This record gives sequence, structure tokens and C-alpha cells, in this order.
Amino acid sequence: MKPSQKEWISRLVDGLLPVFATLAALLVGAVMLLFLRVNPLQAYAALWEGAFGSSNALAETLVKATPLLLVALGICISFRGDVINIGGEGQMIVGALLAAWLGLTFTDWPGWVMIPAAMLAGFIGGAVWGGIPGFLKAYFNVNEILSTVMMNAIAVQLMNFLLRGPMIDPSQAELASKIPQTARLVEAFRLARLAPTRLHLGALIAVILAVLVYILLWRTTLGYRIRAVGQNPHASRYAGINVKRHIVMALLLSGAFAGLAGAVQVFGVNYRMITDGSASGFTGSAGFNGIVAALFGQLHPIWSIPASVLFGALLVGANSMQRAMQVPSALITALNGLVVVFVVSSEIWRQRRQRRRLASAPETESSPGSGAASPESAEEAV
Amino acid sequence: MIDSNRLPSGQPRIESLEMRGVSKRFPGVLANDRVDFDVRSGEVHALLGENGAGKSTLMKILYGLYHPDEGEILLNGQPATIASPTDSINLGIGMIHQHFMLVQTLTVAENVALGLPSSRGLLTDLDKVSKRILELADIYGLRIDPSAYIWQLSVGQQQRVEIIKALYRGAALLILDEPTAVLTPQEVDELFVIMRQMTRDGHALIFISHKLHEVVEISNRVSVLRDGRKIGTKMISETTKQDLANWMVGREVGFVPDRGLVQRGEARLTLEAVSCGSDRGTPGLRGVSLDIFSGEILGIAGVSGNGQRELAESITGLRKVTGGRVRLEGQDVTNFLPGELTERRLSYIPEERMRDGMIKDFSVAENMILREHHKMPYSRAGFLNLGEIARHSQALIQKFQVKTPSQETLAKNLSGGNIQKVVIARELSRSPRVIIAAQPTRGLDIGATEYVRQQLIEQRKAGAAILLISEDLDEILALSDRIAVIYEGQVMDILPREAATPEKLGLLMAGVKEDAVA
Repeated sequence: MKPSQKEWISRLVDGLLPVFATLAALLVGAVMLLFLRVNPLQAYAALWEGAFGSSNALAETLVKATPLLLVALGICISFRGDVINIGGEGQMIVGALLAAWLGLTFTDWPGWVMIPAAMLAGFIGGAVWGGIPGFLKAYFNVNEILSTVMMNAIAVQLMNFLLRGPMIDPSQAELASKIPQTARLVEAFRLARLAPTRLHLGALIAVILAVLVYILLWRTTLGYRIRAVGQNPHASRYAGINVKRHIVMALLLSGAFAGLAGAVQVFGVNYRMITDGSASGFTGSAGFNGIVAALFGQLHPIWSIPASVLFGALLVGANSMQRAMQVPSALITALNGLVVVFVVSSEIWRQRRQRRRLASAPETESSPGSGAASPESAEEAV
Repeated sequence: MIDSNRLPSGQPRIESLEMRGVSKRFPGVLANDRVDFDVRSGEVHALLGENGAGKSTLMKILYGLYHPDEGEILLNGQPATIASPTDSINLGIGMIHQHFMLVQTLTVAENVALGLPSSRGLLTDLDKVSKRILELADIYGLRIDPSAYIWQLSVGQQQRVEIIKALYRGAALLILDEPTAVLTPQEVDELFVIMRQMTRDGHALIFISHKLHEVVEISNRVSVLRDGRKIGTKMISETTKQDLANWMVGREVGFVPDRGLVQRGEARLTLEAVSCGSDRGTPGLRGVSLDIFSGEILGIAGVSGNGQRELAESITGLRKVTGGRVRLEGQDVTNFLPGELTERRLSYIPEERMRDGMIKDFSVAENMILREHHKMPYSRAGFLNLGEIARHSQALIQKFQVKTPSQETLAKNLSGGNIQKVVIARELSRSPRVIIAAQPTRGLDIGATEYVRQQLIEQRKAGAAILLISEDLDEILALSDRIAVIYEGQVMDILPREAATPEKLGLLMAGVKEDAVA
């Protein structure tokens, strides 16, 4: 059955829907800018310029997008398994701490050993931090939204303790300011730069992992089981799947990718672990924004790539807009929020439209009722 | 004193109601195509048709839930506008839905009064309501206690509350949407007594049912819908069940499948005094013992909620057995995991196929391998073998005549009958030793039902031991070699098919042992 021309058009509309939604959000943002007596065209020009205007700007956008994408990949796994992971921040922190400790302790290792080992350490740190709430959910029925958020708080305290105490940069330890940061990593451990900008190997790793997560979810038995448990635990049990184990697995893997994002942040961007005492001081809120990017990418690892780039661009571009136009920083947050609201709404609209289309799909063969969807059976299905 | 234009309830009669040339189009589907339908005072007019034939659409138009695209409705010869259920209630049309619209924690009187203005303003007038309920109950022979709570009532009694609710609101014409689906044979008989009383008094009744023998028993006239069109209307006296079945399906139907002779073999599944809990924490099964032999179908008859679900789940490893033993081909498999039972070729067609048997956002192909997704050749070293999965599901789609645009179609977009075909294909293609089939034809139309039954017969021929759990007595009687009746988690009795009559089974289903009666 070849899709007709009409179908192509409606598919195209569906595909471009997030773009339209983003434009609509910017339109509302423009109204807000007008109230602040700022020329929206100039402001948005500054935003565009900041995000994509030069190779440096583009590189910054991609640098910001990298942790978003890594967190988003984990979110794709956990949300597909019907486990809500709000603990990306904490998982990033713990992954980064473990990786940083490794990098600062074994300074004599060659780079080609240390970098994979550090990435693995980040992966494991995040996996532990995600696995604990997963275990609590599966075996003690503890709500994972609450437990992952609480694990964030624990991770922040752990980070502040270590970065102000045992892991503090020795040079800071002697100063009165005592900025919570570690020493710098030796040069051999830094992730290679991909161009004469700040763009680093982590971005490439993230894109490759996106493909691997796609394979994991749709081409492996483990992915099949995680998705099955997420869609219908009853039928999964009947299918002989250990439901509890796969709930743990979904959160554990989700945490692992966030932990990796933390490690990449340390080894690719800052070359040390640094914070201002809050979680976002280290993560830049990537643990939360990654959730938005994943939802924007319809919980699909490949679609999460452009979604992460878009949010990276908004973050970078909004900063330069703020500098150029002197708008309050709260507006940047509002603009981000608007995009989320519009895109999520457009997604709901798209799903309704699709359901209507399915309900009205002409029979492929034979009579109504025995074929795909009749009004009666469609209603029952809803 | 007696006003012949009025019903005993005091309402004016509906002498005739006519739907003329009614069409209803949903995007892409013509649900009703110029349908003519009429019902008169003092008759039961049955509306027959398969799922999706347009019966519900037509009745929803009459009740004001849908608006027709074409056609008109004439009430006593006058054009009537029915824009909402409020309009239809005001005109004297009532509807008894298949699923009762009752609040379990309220009394009968409170349920009847619900949604109506009180004669005492902000205060309730339940005494007045109760009095009126008793009056109506008296007139129509509906024994009911207005102060009883709904949860205390049996299903049959709850249905009577629904009827009283409609009468209280002044219904002269009643639409009964599959009213017998949830009743025991005795309760069906009682309902029919009430229906006859109502028609004698001048009510007009529309009776929707799948069950031909009931239609033949209670109706005066019958109309058959197929694919949204009316095939015809006949007096019941001028037609036969076979004619009606052929009309519904549009071809000759094998009515009772030919079971053939099969030599009964060894005991494949044995239950020894099995007990387990229910979801509510009460005992679900209380010491059930059964033997099911190779080449036989053992039917489990019973009113819904008497332990059928618990029975199926405790055999299939989905519910913890708290007492007794389950043996599969002699081996103790009590509380084995579902996966281990799959290995031993136990197949299960679950009662709630959408909840337990299917993942609705998975494709047909993904659903076809649900039980064996981790095994060769569908999975190799942890990776799914998509080519093999596609080949396998394509073969099953063809063999089991699943109607689907493709194997990539999501299960939720298939019709109920085709979803069940996917489950059947998956479960029966594994040459099962034992099959647990729970309500395998519930909600399916005649064509699909016939198909599913035929498949079970085939498996019986192939030597499988089959446990058939069904609330449809006709199905149990048509397919089973032996029939066990379950009541409150216990097996009341096991009858050979020859000795089982609907009357005998009905008594057992209500918990009455025959020797106790005599």
C-alpha cells in the first residue's frame, strides 16, 4: 500500500509540527519582548546570531547540546519502560564525581586508557544512582519520581562535601574563598577537540550512542522487554518476562547515560569538576532539560538529536540575546518554558489528529466491523 | 377508570416509533446506511447484527447521543427532534445499558433519584421516591427493596433497578442493550417475564442481542443489520435461527461445530484441591480438584466472578496458589513462573485479551512472538532476528486469517476479532499440550466466534487437553465433553455433556445442589 499524496502532506505537517510550535512560542515571546520595550526582531536576530552565527557559536550550541542528548537517551529508555526518571541531575553528579576521582587519582595512566575508563566510571556512577531508586520501585513499590528527586538532593550534598573537602583543588584549599572545585585534569586526559573551537569528542560519542540506544530499544531482546514492561506489565508477566528486574534495568540504564553526561562534562568542557554549591552549578540543569529534549524528540533516540540541538541553541542564543538586548534573565527561562508548552501541546494535538485519522481510515479489505476500525470498535478502544 | 392510551405507570403510550432512512457517516465509514426501523406499542422488536453492524449507532441516534446525517424519526406519526438524551427521556424513551450506570455505594432509591430535581428543593425527597418505586415495582412485578444498597444486589436485581430507573423517568419505550449478557439462565427467564408483562401493558421494547435463541423466544419481530444496512425485518414466526444467522453473517454458517469423535487420552492437567486468593483478598478458589484429559474439552460454567479468573490464573502461574497442587503431565508445576509453563507447552488464551494477552502499542509481529521473544530463532545472542520474526508472523497472519493492513500495524488498531485471532495464532501455533481458554469468544461477532471454536475443536482433535472457561452456556454446551460448574470458588459438580441441560447447569450455577432440592 503506497501512501497517497494526501498522506505525504499530512506526514510532512506532522514532521514539521514541532518547528511550527517553536515559531508560535517565539511569537508569544515577541509579545513579551514588546512589553519590555525591546524590538523582538533585533532580539531574535541576536538569539540566532548567538546560537548559529559563527562557527564558534555553532560549536557552543553543540557543546551545550551534548549533555542534553546523553541525558535524553537515558530518558528515552526509562520513559519507554514507563519509569519516570527525574534524577538526571543527581546521576550526572555522581557519574562526574566517580570519573573525576579516577582522573585525579591515576594521573600516570595513558590518555587512551584513562578516557574510556573515566567514561565507564561515569556510566557506572550514574547506573548506581539510578539503580537504587529502580530497585526501591521494583521491590518496595517506592514511587520513583519522589525517590529520584531525593537522590538528587543527596548527590548535591555529596558533591559539596567532596569538592569542599577531600577532593578540593589543593590551591583553593589554601585560599579563603574555597571555591568548590577539583584540581585540573592533566592534559592527556582531556577529550579531543573536533575543530578549533570548544567542540569536543563527547558530541560524537553522544551521536553514536543515540544510534546504539535505538538498536538497544528496537533490535535487542532487552529493549523488547523494557518496552513490553513499560507498555503492559500484565501481558509482560504472561509472556514470561521478569517485570521487576526490567524496571530496575530501565532506571539503571537511564541513570548510566546521565552519569556519562556528567563525565563528559568534566573531561570535555571544564577539565575539572566545579560547582557553585547547587546542582545546576555543575550540570547547567542538563539533567532536567534532557527530559524536555527527549519528550521533544518523541522519546526516540534519533529524534532526540535535533531536539537537543534546538534546546542547546536556545540556551546559548538566549544568553547572547540577554547580553545584547539587556533583557532580564527570567525572560530566557520564560522563553524556554513557552517552547516546551507549545511543543507538548502540538504533540497532543498531533496524537488526537492521528487517532481521528485511524478511526476514519477506510477499510483495507472486506467489510467494516471485521476489518480494522469501525466507529463502535474505535470507541471501545478509546 | 382504565385509560387505554396510558400505561399502568401513568405515562402516555408510544403507539409507534419510526426511524426512516437514517444514515450516519463517520469519517470513512458509513455506520448506518438509510436504515428504516420501527417499533410499536405492545411488541418486542429485536435488533440483531454482528459487532460493528451499526446497531449501537442506530440506538444511540434514537437515544439522542448521535445526530443522524440523514433521515427522520416519527413518534406516533409526528416528526420528532431528539437532540440529546434529555429530549429522548422527555419523549418517553429509556435505555438500559449493557454496563449498569449505578452507584454501588448508594441505595436503590438514591440511585433512582440521582440526577432528578427533588420536590423539596435542596433537601432530598427519598421517602417519596421510595413510595413511587414500590408502586412501580408492584405494577410490573419487579421485587426490589428501595432501601437496599446496590452492592448488596445480584446482577439480575441491579438490572431491575435500571429498569425501574427508566420507568420512574416515564419511559414508554425501552431500549435493552444486550441485557442478557450478564445473567444466569434463571435470571434471563425472570427478565423475560418482566418484558412480557411490560409489552402486555403497552410498552414498546427494543431488544438487542447476539443470542439467537433468546431473540426467537422473546421477540415478536426481528430486524437484522449488516455493514450498516438493514437486511430485513421479519415476524419471528416466519423465520428460523439458521435464517437469522445467515442474514447476519451474509453466508451459510456452521451453527454448532462438528466436534467429531476423539479418543480421550491420558490426564494432562490435574488440580488437587487447589486454593488461592482473589484480588479483593477474599478466597478465590476453595479446594478445586479437576482432571483434564488429552483430546477432551472440559467446560467450566458459572456466573461471572465465582472464581473463573482465579482458576485460569492459578494454573498459568499468574496467581499464587496457596493450597493444593497443580500437575502438568504428572509433574508438579505448582507456582511455576509463566515462562516455565510456556516451556512445557501450556497455552493460555486470557479472558482480558487487551490487558493480559496483548501489548496494544506493539506491532502485530511483536505480539506474535510475545511468549517466545527470547528464544531461537527470534532472538540470537540478545539481538532480535527481525527477518525471522517477520517470516513467522506473516505465516501466522495467513494461516489464522488475521485481517491487518500489515504485520507492522499496531495491535490496538485491529478489531476485537482480529486481536483475538492474533492471540489464538500465537497460542495455538506452538502445538500446545494443554490449553486454558478463558472467555475465548466474548465480544466477538458470529464469524470470529465460529472461527475460534473451530480452532479449539482442531486442537482437541490434535490431542490437546483444553479447559474452556465461558459464561456463555451455549458455547459450553456446544464444545465441551464434560462440564464442571463453579460457584463461589468451588466445583459444584462435573456432568458429562449428555447429562447437562441448561436447567441443571443453571441451578448449579446458582449454588443449588440437585439432591438438596429433592
